[in-house]
Amino acid sequence: MYTFTQRLKIITYVLMGLGLIGLTIGFLSAPSTVAEAQAMVADAHGGHGGGHGDEHATDHSDAEAHAAMIHSTYDDDHGHADDHAGDHAKDSTHADDHGDAHGEHLLHQLQNKPWAALYVAAFFFFMIALGTLAFYAIQRAAQAGWPILLYRVMEGITAYLVPGSIIIYVFLVLTGLHANHLFVWMDAETVAHDEIIQGKVGYLNVPFFLLRAAIYLIGWNLYRYLSRRFSLAQDNALVGDIRNHKLNFRISAGFLVFFFVTESMMSWDWIMSLDPHWFSTLFGWYVLASMLVTAVTVIALITIYLKSKGYLPKVNHSHLHDLAKFMFGFSVFWTYLWFSQFMLIWYSNIPEEVTYFLTRIDDYNLPFFGMIAMNFLFPLLILMSSDYKRSNWIIVMAGIVIVLGHYIDIYNMIMPATVGDQWFIGWAEIGGFLFFAGLFMFVVFRAISKAPLEAGGDPYVGESERFVY
Amino acid sequence: MSSKLVHAVYDDDDTLLHAVKDVKKADYHIEEVFTPFPVHGLDHAMGLASTRLAITAFMYGILGFAVAITMINYIMIVDWPQNIGGKPSFSFMENLPAFVPVIFEMTVFFAAHLMVITFYLRSRLWPFKKAENPMPETTDDKFLMQVALSGDEKKLISLLKKSGAIDVSIHENQDA
Repeated sequence: MYTFTQRLKIITYVLMGLGLIGLTIGFLSAPSTVAEAQAMVADAHGGHGGGHGDEHATDHSDAEAHAAMIHSTYDDDHGHADDHAGDHAKDSTHADDHGDAHGEHLLHQLQNKPWAALYVAAFFFFMIALGTLAFYAIQRAAQAGWPILLYRVMEGITAYLVPGSIIIYVFLVLTGLHANHLFVWMDAETVAHDEIIQGKVGYLNVPFFLLRAAIYLIGWNLYRYLSRRFSLAQDNALVGDIRNHKLNFRISAGFLVFFFVTESMMSWDWIMSLDPHWFSTLFGWYVLASMLVTAVTVIALITIYLKSKGYLPKVNHSHLHDLAKFMFGFSVFWTYLWFSQFMLIWYSNIPEEVTYFLTRIDDYNLPFFGMIAMNFLFPLLILMSSDYKRSNWIIVMAGIVIVLGHYIDIYNMIMPATVGDQWFIGWAEIGGFLFFAGLFMFVVFRAISKAPLEAGGDPYVGESERFVY
Repeated sequence: MSSKLVHAVYDDDDTLLHAVKDVKKADYHIEEVFTPFPVHGLDHAMGLASTRLAITAFMYGILGFAVAITMINYIMIVDWPQNIGGKPSFSFMENLPAFVPVIFEMTVFFAAHLMVITFYLRSRLWPFKKAENPMPETTDDKFLMQVALSGDEKKLISLLKKSGAIDVSIHENQDA
């Protein structure tokens, strides 16, 4: 049995405390009037001095690089013809041109910022638990022999599903009650002037949105509850009695069918609908790839941590090698989907589609391309060698980069639609990440300490012990 | 190289793997093992050096990557720029997304084909080559271990029999 040490507990409390402080500052510093918002932006530009101006200047010379893309389209979404980047360079002169419309838009973006930061972090850690649950169900349904010794680690990670789901659901209900303006289609005023969203109202309306979210979350949590119960019951079963194992196999297969449909719909609802004009048919897969690669990475990191503390003595290099292979494989899979989505939209250059990538390339250049290096190039090169996949510190190093890279990936999915070009990694972003990291660690390690670390009753446990790559 | 070889035949891969370990432990030299399918862990048990084929695959991949970039740049940018979908036709970098599938395919193509050819060369295999297999059943359901005969003949044979061999026989070494 693993014991959740006092020291680790304190670390998680500190993380949660620091996170709460960061989030509080983030929420308190959000502007409440148009004038405040404009003052904040003016300040930020004054403070940054030349640095910011240069950035925008290069953005503009870059603009020629995007000559291929239809430039004017990306502003249609925001309802004003000027280029954002240009606006801020000549802040003083342009205030009059735009009048209140722009100021109000800016206010909403800045008010959204702490909410969006909270949402990114809440979703990111929730998705680690959910991805682990899917990975676990795949191993169960495939009757895989190798991961039995890691089942308790995975079950520990999926324990975060319950608090994660509650937080996400409360957040979505608050959003539905207009506590923030993350989802533009929830705003009756906007919909009244938007024919495209009007056509989607049958699906994108608050009651149905919340009902769907409830169905997904209840379904996933139900599977998590049952599979954990059967898994623990199998430990205490008589020798030769594998009824619980068989039950787990059956519900896992059923869950996977439910999961792959609902996961796709979840990603449309919770992320893609932030840009209600835009759609991508492989978006569900794309989010799934992010989910799986982060989940496998976290499984590997926690396994290495537990091994370093002397637990999991039977987990050998071959198990870690297999996890690292999954990290490598899913990273490439993620890139494949990312590129498939990007290239088709870039090539066809249809205004309502390409605006999605234009905002990201113009306003989010560094995180957008930085994440390709972190999520693709780095794991590709460092995890390619077979020997490197067996080295703990290389897995840890690659793992940290992958986890942060996929946080930025989620950031890039959510921020452009909610805060536009007003992004920066500030109190709320760091606070949100720390808070949920602390909560995640607390829940996961507490769950791991509640059950024996070896699923000894599983009929395949011998196979896992003898597992040699 | 010894002039005589002992052939031990097995009918199970697990038994074979254990036998290989026993024979190695008793300090005999295993010339070769013939199996109908790859046996997991056999190369390790036999003490073979790990393959360098992976390194060649990486280099071939880089070669393919370089060839693809040179090729597509010459075809689409230098030699005959074409306006496809309004994309700027005089810049390689700005057209890069369109070229990625080609670059990817060429990388895989070079890595895969050159790796297979390297493997054939290294294994001294070529078309119409006569099989070196001493016992055709090893392509069906039998496993054969060739051990160089050295020291006490009876001791080796009894060791092999004890390790689960279904047949043990002594042959002249053709290569010696």
